[in-house]
Amino acid sequence: MTAPCEPLVRVQAEDFDPAAESRRLTEGRRDVGAVVSFTGLCRDENGRLDALELEHYPGMAEAEIARIAAEAAERWPLTGLTVIHRFGRIAPGENIVLVVAASSHRRAAFESADFLMDFLKSRAPFWKKEHVSEKNSGDWVEARAGDLEDMKRWQR
Amino acid sequence: MKLVYFAWVRERIGLPEETVDLPADVKTVTDLLAWLKTRGENYETALERSDVIRVAINQEHAEHTAALPRNGEVALFPPMTGG
Repeated sequence: MTAPCEPLVRVQAEDFDPAAESRRLTEGRRDVGAVVSFTGLCRDENGRLDALELEHYPGMAEAEIARIAAEAAERWPLTGLTVIHRFGRIAPGENIVLVVAASSHRRAAFESADFLMDFLKSRAPFWKKEHVSEKNSGDWVEARAGDLEDMKRWQR
Repeated sequence: MKLVYFAWVRERIGLPEETVDLPADVKTVTDLLAWLKTRGENYETALERSDVIRVAINQEHAEHTAALPRNGEVALFPPMTGG
């Protein structure tokens, strides 16, 4: 088997362009047969959320995402892998996280993107706080027990 | 040793980080959590449910049974909610 691809990991306050990131993994190549792109957005379920504040652990956030991405690149035959996670204040409708996985075949691309998101949820050091109005900050979002279950699906 | 706190652990303790001199008998993460709780009501409140507190040693996830490093950074934070 060829060497695992070198994942691109970015942790940033600014927005990203999912289409441009997908293109980066396919441009000028003839060996890519599948690209799976997942974008996680800030959502407002009942009209009360002003924004989410995403706190992160600088340094560890990059390092932990890089560890998870490297594991995915070992496990699936990927031709490219990009993970971008934003921090700071993010309003409903805005992007939070992007995973783009490229491979010769679809299953590796689908599975690795799914794996990345399950592990990012429970292992990447980010915490969401809800802002319910300009002045008041709301509560910290609680981790779901289901997030840990999602991660266990990938044990082997 | 440098301690860093995030999310509601940081808010309840009231500090983002601090440097502490640990007593000689504080050897593991469990020891550290118990010792911190004796330092004031803010620590007691923040670390009350110590079983849910997650720990990183030098920016890698660690268990409560892990030995503390001689030098370095120990982070305490709630379960993560990124993604």
